[in-house]
Amino acid sequence: MIEIENLTKRYGPLAAVEDVSLTVERGRIAALVGTSGSGKTTLLRMINRLVEPTSGRVRIDGTDTAALPPHLLRRRIGYAIQGHGLFPHRSVAQNIATVPRLLGWDRPRIAARVDELLDLFQLPPGEFRDRMPHELSGGQQQRVGVARALAAKPDLLLMDEPFGALDPVIRAQAQADLRRIQRELGTTLVIVTHDMAEAITLGDRIAVMERGRLLQYAPPREILTAPATPFVARLIGTDERPFHLLSLTCVADLAQPGEAEGPPLAPGASLRDALALCLWSGRAALPVEGGGVVTLDALRRAAEGLPP
Amino acid sequence: MTGRLALGLAAVLLLAFLLSPDSFAPLLRPLTRNGAPPVYTQTSLLSLTLSHLGMVAGAVLAASVLAVGFGVLVTRPSGRDFLPLARTVASVGQTFPPVAVLALAVPVMGFGTGPTMLALFLYGLLPIFENTLAGLAGLPPQVIEAARGMGMTPAQRLWRVELPLALPVILSGVRLSAVIALSTATIGSTVAARTLGEVIIAGLLSSNTAFVVQGGVVVGILALLIHAGLRALEDRAAAWSHAGRS
Ligand SMILES: Nc1ncnc2c1ncn2[C@@H]1O[C@H](COP(=O)(O)OP(=O)(O)O)[C@@H](O)[C@H]1O
Ligand SMILES: [Mg+2]
Repeated sequence: MIEIENLTKRYGPLAAVEDVSLTVERGRIAALVGTSGSGKTTLLRMINRLVEPTSGRVRIDGTDTAALPPHLLRRRIGYAIQGHGLFPHRSVAQNIATVPRLLGWDRPRIAARVDELLDLFQLPPGEFRDRMPHELSGGQQQRVGVARALAAKPDLLLMDEPFGALDPVIRAQAQADLRRIQRELGTTLVIVTHDMAEAITLGDRIAVMERGRLLQYAPPREILTAPATPFVARLIGTDERPFHLLSLTCVADLAQPGEAEGPPLAPGASLRDALALCLWSGRAALPVEGGGVVTLDALRRAAEGLPP
Repeated sequence: MTGRLALGLAAVLLLAFLLSPDSFAPLLRPLTRNGAPPVYTQTSLLSLTLSHLGMVAGAVLAASVLAVGFGVLVTRPSGRDFLPLARTVASVGQTFPPVAVLALAVPVMGFGTGPTMLALFLYGLLPIFENTLAGLAGLPPQVIEAARGMGMTPAQRLWRVELPLALPVILSGVRLSAVIALSTATIGSTVAARTLGEVIIAGLLSSNTAFVVQGGVVVGILALLIHAGLRALEDRAAAWSHAGRS
């Protein structure tokens, strides 16, 4: 669990982050969004003390981070950034082994951990272990960057626009993988993004920042249906709102008894996918695998933010 | 490939000439007049070459240690204030003519090796220092950021990340210094240092073109070989450390 209390960072007269307080529960994902220059990166970097706060404090599982030497604190916290920052002169395995080596793990344990992570990220160890970073595609480099951040099994992972450099298809895959791995490991995750859709897909809660201040910190549904300020509403994009709302719920949650023509939808598909299929195929109801249907009427209500 | 062949050939010729200079007498005789000796025999050419190389190596090594050391120091947060000072010292070392260094050093250090090595050392500082700065400043910021974020201490960052990645640029500074020092060392003979300059000066004094040519060619070939050798080293370092960049 991370508790951020009245955190402020000033550069001269400018407050990059001003009096921000928020808590991220263990095993949850908090997404920081806001326009460029709103202080997201600065807030994130104060958690692992790459930036020293001007005032306020951060506690991780109850321990004040100011009480630890910064380099020891950082070895306990995973950190992944845009453009991955892999060491170009180290192999994939050596890159992933960075923090375990700093922590003095023995060789067999490190080797086993490296292979375990490569498997987790669907990079066959035999093929990828000894490659150099420049011998990987952008998506693979990014996965190695995240694997490296997770190498020493941190309870907390910080990510700064980790998928910013990826193309949309690979980005969607990377988000799905991250979500799966985060659930599997139970890692607490704070992720900075300027992509609202990404924040909605990944975040259990979304923190909206503007000019260093925290405007709203709430679950995606609440951000969408009850934006705290006009700025938050603008950031969501009014015309995108129904689609974001639909993407939050899966088909199984909206299914009702009934019969319909055509191939059935997976229960895990999002309502957004269901709507797209309805419109594309010109049907008013779709069957769901395992029984029941979703109707266009129900989808319409969901898109307005109404209960089923 | 042909470049390598030419270098190999030059190396073989040089070795042959140093081991058995007399066999090259017929080749050099046309450059002499009035039956003057075609090959310098006052001192063994091999021992002059080795002493010449020794001085260059010693001076460049010392310059490298100091210049890289200061380059690292002034790029640390605590040493940033010394950057202008270090820059000035290195530039003065480069602009101050080596001949003047010799003239000033002899009264203090006496004749011979000492003043020569001092001149070479001072002359060699700037390229290595500047390249160290450029190498360290040119590192990809995300890589340094990642190193900090992983929890490396400043010393670990320097040894494991910054220096290995800056190595190719630093080495090219060393190469520049070494090649300059190799030719500059010849003037050491004016203050009685045992360098290949001795052969050239003897040739000038006795109007013996053959001496001047053999001294000059030996220095030239040495410079070529050292340049190529360090270049190869640099390329290997670059392949190893920069693979992901540019
Ligand atoms: N080291 C620094 N020195 C001065 N100003 C800074 C520094 N780092 C960030 N800032 C300023 O703080 C503000 C917030 O920056 P940042 O946290 O990077 O925003 P974001 O990640 O949301 O784009 C910006 O106005 C930026 O210019
Ligand atoms: Mg940022």
